[in-house]
Amino acid sequence: MVALNYQGIQDIFDAVNNQRWAGAGGFQIAKVGRRDFMKITGLVGGGLMLSFTLPRASAKSGPLQPNGYVRIDETGILIYAKNPEIGQGVKTSLPMMVAEELDAAWDDVQVVQAPVDQATYGAQFAGGSMSTPMNWLPLRKAGATARAMLVGAAAQRLEVPVDALFTRDSHVVHKDTGRKLAYTDLAAAAAAMPVPEADSVALKEPRYFRLLGKRITGVDNDAIVRGEPLFGIDQTLPGMKIATYQKCHAIGGKVKSANLDEIKQMPGVHDAFVLAGNGNAMELLPGVAIVADNTWATIRAKRALRVEWDESEAATDSWSGASASAERLRGESGQRVVDQGDVDAAFNAAAKRIDSSYTYNFVTHAQLEPMNCTAHYQDGAIEMWSPTQTPGFAIANVANVLGIDPAKVTVHQVRCGGGFGRRLYNDFMCEAAAIAQRAGVPVKLQWTREDDMCCDLFRAGGFHQLAGAVDGDGKVSAWRDHFVTFTNDGKRPVSGLSARVFPAELLANVRFEQTQLDWSTRCAAWRAPGSNVFGFVVQSFLHELAQAAERDHLEVLLEVLGEPRWLTQGNPQALHTGRAAGVVKLAAEKAGWGKEMPAGRALGLAFYFSHGGHIAEVADVSVDANKKVKVHKVTVAADVGPIVNLSGAENQIEGAVVDGLSTMLGLAVTFENGRAQQTNFDKYPMLRMPATPEVDVHFVASDYPPTGLGEPALPPLAPAVCNAIAAATGARIRTLPISEEGYTV
Amino acid sequence: MATLRLNVNGEQRTLDGVDDATPLLWVLRDELGLVGTKFGCGISQCGACTVLIDGNPVRSCSFPAASVAGEITTIEGLAGPNGELNPVQQAWVDLDVAQCGYCQAGQIMAAEALLRSNANPTDADVDQAMAGNICRCGTYIRIRKAVKTAAANRGA
Ligand code: FES
Ligand code: FES
Repeated sequence: MVALNYQGIQDIFDAVNNQRWAGAGGFQIAKVGRRDFMKITGLVGGGLMLSFTLPRASAKSGPLQPNGYVRIDETGILIYAKNPEIGQGVKTSLPMMVAEELDAAWDDVQVVQAPVDQATYGAQFAGGSMSTPMNWLPLRKAGATARAMLVGAAAQRLEVPVDALFTRDSHVVHKDTGRKLAYTDLAAAAAAMPVPEADSVALKEPRYFRLLGKRITGVDNDAIVRGEPLFGIDQTLPGMKIATYQKCHAIGGKVKSANLDEIKQMPGVHDAFVLAGNGNAMELLPGVAIVADNTWATIRAKRALRVEWDESEAATDSWSGASASAERLRGESGQRVVDQGDVDAAFNAAAKRIDSSYTYNFVTHAQLEPMNCTAHYQDGAIEMWSPTQTPGFAIANVANVLGIDPAKVTVHQVRCGGGFGRRLYNDFMCEAAAIAQRAGVPVKLQWTREDDMCCDLFRAGGFHQLAGAVDGDGKVSAWRDHFVTFTNDGKRPVSGLSARVFPAELLANVRFEQTQLDWSTRCAAWRAPGSNVFGFVVQSFLHELAQAAERDHLEVLLEVLGEPRWLTQGNPQALHTGRAAGVVKLAAEKAGWGKEMPAGRALGLAFYFSHGGHIAEVADVSVDANKKVKVHKVTVAADVGPIVNLSGAENQIEGAVVDGLSTMLGLAVTFENGRAQQTNFDKYPMLRMPATPEVDVHFVASDYPPTGLGEPALPPLAPAVCNAIAAATGARIRTLPISEEGYTV
Repeated sequence: MATLRLNVNGEQRTLDGVDDATPLLWVLRDELGLVGTKFGCGISQCGACTVLIDGNPVRSCSFPAASVAGEITTIEGLAGPNGELNPVQQAWVDLDVAQCGYCQAGQIMAAEALLRSNANPTDADVDQAMAGNICRCGTYIRIRKAVKTAAANRGA
């Protein structure tokens, strides 16, 4: 095993993804979030505000700035976007929540990316589809607070009671006379008003929303289509050099020697040096840094770089080796992680028993903007411009690597060219920090695509051995899954089954077992962690059981969901079987479930609950005799609570369908001798436009607290498509990507 | 390292000291500060770096700047003299195409090239012309619509 500390990888995952479930029966994100975030960021004391607590700064004069989200003066209305924008749309949707309760006309609002300041904003990160649920109330209250102060100022100016006034389109209006006062004219007076307690301000009833639920184009779209500098890769500083960092492609390898003298002589090269690393797999791995005048000089120098690696402690991971081990182990028993009811008795009494083996490969994040970070170290402090999903965590990582106080680390959020979980991990920032400290000039560390794909924190592959029992009435009566997974640290699995994985909360007799294979290459969160593969396995296998019982898949799925109920009482972020059944029926109805289809073409259904979102999908797929697949259309029904930005919400679902399809069709990273075998897009064939299906999105209007949409629409896609193929051809696909079973598009 | 002369977005640019093999992408980004053109793969696979040379789409990551003979148009060169968006850009905003937005400069340039050569593309024409551009976020559905919308508005 590689002697590295993998702890931080799991900690970030837990902090981001498990908060939803924290606390017994309550939605207590803020409380638990605080503890987890303090553990990781090292923030202590009263400085870190809870997400549900609004920062207070009662200004006596100047702009109206009652909290970190709103700033109004005579020149206009600013709303601060607190979290990283990675393509999930929060730079638009979170400010919309503020603007709604502020009653600002959206066209009057200028959105500004907030500084990284967790004392003011609470946890700032993009992960777990948490931005929407964590901020839904606090941000609306932030807007309502400012509105209350503006109304108060207007009441004083007009000498009327506050209830003689209402607000509309950035104005306070006097009901009787229709007289209007602009927020911008009231701001200075409002700033002198006391800031009301957050709990004392009233929020709108959703039926009075004027902005939320509409289609709003992204706030950066104008800059995007003009090609203005927005992304991490676009940052420049005066005197800035470009850096590259070569690590061993088998993790754990150390630099024995390198032709540094030769590299330093190359045109445009400013410096080249070795960094030893700090032993933390999520921070700084050993490697060779090259600092040069421009990007091309770094690329040329890197091609000429010759490193002799000490691989005595490096990874020797092999996918074919792991597959062979799993093949042997999955038929045996593993450690029981769920064991409920009387599984053995149910199997003994079964009318039918089905056994199936499912396998999925490793995949990489492939966010389109390769990792990069701009850093300037001087006088014991560092300033960074970074496309990261976790700027708050980054401060602690960087401080640790540099050996400086976290207060000496300033991180600026910049737009991220995709995230998908990759940017939860700040190894690239640690590298930039260490290089900047040594180089003595501002640097932008720029990874190549090969750096990205060879040194990712991968979505792990896995192996499942399933057994299902169907009783004499054709009902699913018991379920077993032996999951052969991996471990980075010899302790925790990189991905694990739990009592929340389908169908443990729904069936009486369930046994999940687990076996862990040692694996050194870093494994981490990838869009809808766990769910993105469990969805495929369990929703495919449920269809297998329905077929074995010779029953309609829709009917069996609804039967398994059962009576409408919360599965975790009092937690509105838990699975509700009524909401689940609602989206399943809606997707089936909209797709025309049960209709006649031509030969070789069929509908496939799947439901999956993840990240608080209830999503059902029906795929309309045809397959020819040569296993060429055409996905014609995917119908999606989603219950994610109220929709914040309808355009953004639809975009997330369309994107998740495309991502799900892309990944299931042909994407895999295999490993030999600890090295990823696919190092650029030529060997990693992402979906392109011609194979993109039509996507038909339907939202269930529901009053439950909203959840994010970056992730939950992805897991149902692969099983829906595979179930359609099984229905069309009778052939069951049990491997992802399906190209491994000979399918093409 | 001969002197490099480029016509970029209608302006004549002269650069000294640029390595002859430098891909156009890095001259645009690092030397001319035109960072709208993006780096995705460096091997002609993703299209993020697409620019136009004499109206034809080119992968700037794999095209040496020293070999450019024609007029280069980048994403920064599409808007009109008073900053008005061209029909392709406008359709992209109106249909809220972008998710992360990183691929979109390349997508827009590919769409612009298509519409300059084929004012009225069919769905199949669009799929084929755009097939060289990866969108990792999966915005293909909106890109399809936006290309058609831009085609309609250009004709109008
Ligand atoms: S960066 Fe040029 S095609 Fe990908
Ligand atoms: S919008 Fe993110 S890659 Fe296309």
